[in-house]
Amino acid sequence: MKHYLNAGYSVGSWLLTRDHKRIAILYLLSVTFFFFIGGAFATLVRLELMTPAGDLVISETYNKLFTMHGVAMIFFFLIPAIPTVIGNFLVPLMIGARDLAFPRLNLASWYLFTAAGLLALGSIIFGGVDTGWTFYTPYSTTYANTHVFLMAAAIFVAGFSSILTGLNFVVTIHKMRAPGLTWSRLPLFIWSTYATALLFVIATPVIGITLALIAIERLLSVGIFDPALGGDPLLFQHLFWFYSHPAVYIMVLPALGVVSELVATFSRKRIFGYGFVAGSSLAIAILGFLVWGHHMFVSGQSMYAGMIFSILSFLVAIPSSIKVLNWTATLYRGSISLRTPMLYAIGFMGLFTIGGLTGLFLATLGIDVHVTDTYFVVAHFHYIMVGGTVMAYMGALHYWWPKMTGRSYPEAWGKLSALIIFIGFNLTFFPQFILGYLGMPRRYHAYPEEFQVLNVLSTAGASILGVGYIFPMFYFIGSLFARKKIGDNPWGATGLEWRTSSPPPEDNFRETPVVTEEAYDFAKAEEPELP
Amino acid sequence: MTERGHAPQFDDLEQQHEAATLGMWVFLMTEVLFFGGLFLGYIVYRLAHERAFAQASSHLDVALGGINTAVLITSSFTMALAVHAAQTERRRRLFVFLLATMALGCVFLAVKGLEYAHKFREGLVPGPRFTHEPEQQIFFSLYFVMTGTHAVHMIIGVGVMIGLMALALRRSHAAAVENAGLYWHFVDIVWIFLFPLFYLVGRHR
Amino acid sequence: MENAVEFNAELAEGAKENAESFSEELRVFSAHSAVSLSYGFVRALHPRQAELRLFPDQASTMAPSVDALYFFLLGTSALIGLALAVLVITFSVKYRRRAGAAHLPAAPTTRWLEIGWIAVMFVLFMAMFVWGARVYYDLQRAPPNALEIQVVGKQWMWKIQHPTGQREVNELHVPVGRPVKLLLSSEDVIHSFFLPAFRVKQDAVPGRTTALWFEATRPGQYHLFCAEYCGTGHSRMTGWIVVLEPRHFQRWLDTRLSGESPVAQGLKLFQSLGCATCHNPQPSARCPNLVGLFGRTVRLRDGSTVTVDDAYLRESILDPAAKIVEGYEPIMPTFQSRVSEEQLLQLLAYLKSQS
Repeated sequence: MKHYLNAGYSVGSWLLTRDHKRIAILYLLSVTFFFFIGGAFATLVRLELMTPAGDLVISETYNKLFTMHGVAMIFFFLIPAIPTVIGNFLVPLMIGARDLAFPRLNLASWYLFTAAGLLALGSIIFGGVDTGWTFYTPYSTTYANTHVFLMAAAIFVAGFSSILTGLNFVVTIHKMRAPGLTWSRLPLFIWSTYATALLFVIATPVIGITLALIAIERLLSVGIFDPALGGDPLLFQHLFWFYSHPAVYIMVLPALGVVSELVATFSRKRIFGYGFVAGSSLAIAILGFLVWGHHMFVSGQSMYAGMIFSILSFLVAIPSSIKVLNWTATLYRGSISLRTPMLYAIGFMGLFTIGGLTGLFLATLGIDVHVTDTYFVVAHFHYIMVGGTVMAYMGALHYWWPKMTGRSYPEAWGKLSALIIFIGFNLTFFPQFILGYLGMPRRYHAYPEEFQVLNVLSTAGASILGVGYIFPMFYFIGSLFARKKIGDNPWGATGLEWRTSSPPPEDNFRETPVVTEEAYDFAKAEEPELP
Repeated sequence: MTERGHAPQFDDLEQQHEAATLGMWVFLMTEVLFFGGLFLGYIVYRLAHERAFAQASSHLDVALGGINTAVLITSSFTMALAVHAAQTERRRRLFVFLLATMALGCVFLAVKGLEYAHKFREGLVPGPRFTHEPEQQIFFSLYFVMTGTHAVHMIIGVGVMIGLMALALRRSHAAAVENAGLYWHFVDIVWIFLFPLFYLVGRHR
Repeated sequence: MENAVEFNAELAEGAKENAESFSEELRVFSAHSAVSLSYGFVRALHPRQAELRLFPDQASTMAPSVDALYFFLLGTSALIGLALAVLVITFSVKYRRRAGAAHLPAAPTTRWLEIGWIAVMFVLFMAMFVWGARVYYDLQRAPPNALEIQVVGKQWMWKIQHPTGQREVNELHVPVGRPVKLLLSSEDVIHSFFLPAFRVKQDAVPGRTTALWFEATRPGQYHLFCAEYCGTGHSRMTGWIVVLEPRHFQRWLDTRLSGESPVAQGLKLFQSLGCATCHNPQPSARCPNLVGLFGRTVRLRDGSTVTVDDAYLRESILDPAAKIVEGYEPIMPTFQSRVSEEQLLQLLAYLKSQS
């Protein structure tokens, strides 16, 4: 049978494709590459921190390692991963469209992403950047003697790619839904992707212009953030976090959407409180723009500004907590099957909750003064980004793998690696909360001896975590060569993507689907092939 | 899309047209935020260095700036006429008005280039060769970055006009002309904010 | 063990010399990492040298109030997290999918559950906010009688000067039981002055003065860290706070070569830079008299008023024409590149002493 994978085998049929499914596969390869690049840097960082003395690498190298770990993971993995791989593949399928609204733009954004990736790699190969992923001025503009310009250019170009993807999603979701697919019938993954796309469109240009100003300041030696000329380093922080705080939600909102899909399918129940879950995505997107100042409680901004940002930060925690409540309520009296994707979803709920609750500590002014810029913050955002986003991304890959490839992965291996990742993750990052409250500052190459035991635990955990990530690489690739094919709807899920064949045909649906019921109506769903 | 059909992912031409227009508006939203960051920087520094900004702004040539404002407003007018011509399928008129819009855009860029050259001669270009008070340097950094970014948008706009004129030789492409019109008006509006902020506010002479 | 340590140190030394570029650094890594790994584990498991700490010292008046807040959040979070874990695990076991089970109808959304949840969370979060803001307020507002010590950060050290003139680098001696206010600034990039045992932290930002205060409660020696990434030597920008009994502190002050106090140095600068030729109390002076100025509110030429504080004095020295006092002409030259960050703090100390 003809489908998108066997529609053509030439290099050109991939590199010039306009098919959103093929572009999703291209993105899958790119972001996986950057995940392992970022992972390699993380490995070196954790190895260095085994001992209190800075003895594995010199300080300069260490500073480059954590900077490039951050840049590779944030800009080239976490931000694009779920929207461009899972989102690209699924948005048209889930809304019953033949493709995104602007297929050529979609391909262009992959090329921009690749170009940005090459610029970033260039900057790494020529010597690396040691500014930290936050690029704080005046260090980044005047003092860092590295390839900041190239790295800023890379992130600028990657930002364009994000904007084009976001634009494409907004227009597609608005204009190309199948007949009968009203807003209140949309799958929750579409709701969260829509909220993410809005963030892409609104937040990304601000980081674009901010990094452009840094690049201009370095290149032409003009002063915009230079305090010697009356410039204000805090202005940079305001502009930077105006993007980078919403960017946190860019990374986690799609994950929240994925988990909603997984919880519904593997409980065989309509998600509890659909309207509240969908609305909370938009609430997060909007409130997420108003809390950037909570990164600056000790920066010297006024005390009252700090209080306003603190109160808004507590408010943004409410919609996130609504989601966790509703997932839990969905499990109640469900018909729960603990297959690999569901294990990832439950793991996500646990880790995201810890990440969210520790976020409350950071929003609390009196505590933040002590723990900001320490390992407490490092632990907190890894719980959100790795415990949240990466867990959901892994869950999504396992869940939609049969749809993407028509093949199934080995269930036992899937469960084992989910378990290894969960244990390894907690061992890596939980000790860092304690380290943070003890006062170990982040970005320290060497540290006092009393912090060593916890650091060794963390490094031990990281090695377990690494093993957990490598397993799926192998069994996913292995599954491609399996002879046994899997049915079109192995999980007995609802949603339009399961109504077409696996892998889907080039134009997605043999006939345009018509939607007559609400999302997650399992009363009429098929029985699962894999219960 | 060699004939007047719709692209395969759309159901009909109307849906395609709506999608393109919405896409343009979303794009303009990102543009607003892009310039928004710069305007925010301007406001912060203006409040911090009120006097230096006022002094620096008197180095700018209000006459040239005023001429450019008039040129751009006229070009918006000719652009609107071009959109109307495209909608009513009058290709000759369309071509003429696109040409007029493009020519006015070029005039604007030429005047801007003239102004930049003056600044160079007067040592007002930020960097090691800046010869005036250091606080004024921030004003001119912002001036060059913001008007420069605007000029880049103008150059892209002129390029778009040339492309549309080539299209207009064969047929009037209403959807494309409308979107180009939205873009052109947006770039004009940015200038409408830039002109008073840099040339007029707090000026002495 | 000893050998491993030495070998390790040797390798590290070798690594530092050889690794001129990043890629070379990576090459020596593979041989080195195995040693480092085993060494790390041995160190961690060795009972005498491994010291597992789970909670920081409490050595300031603010530490117990920050910790109380911390434990409140910890308790609340543990409760929420535990309740959630119990529910998820119970449901996952109890409602496991059974073959041939009839499909259960979806529970209707109970709007009141959602609204109730939002209300409970809102009240809880506001309680956290109010308590947190109170502690923050106390952390930000130094008592008026605090001992003012000047701190300048530069890559990669802390330069400290006591009001009585004693200078220290990367070490700060303070008396127990007396509020101490640090005036922070930076010569180059942003640094952050962090005292974990005191639960205080404040960025030192170039181009402005920030402040931080504490009152030490227990004599001893505590860590001082730079908490804002500031370049290559960031993790070397550390030091110690030494808290002494008041009489020991006095003895320490006495034995240190006192040098000149910042006020005296400020006075000298005030004269040598020529400030005094214009800024003097004579009625014919062309510039405002600066005696008794600090803390007052003055009227500017444009009719607005400004309260004379650190920020205003700093601006008036660096950008004199920015805010001109009513009745005077903008004739003062800028001192932007003529005074260093430390000299600026000395001038401010002098001007403040004149009130």
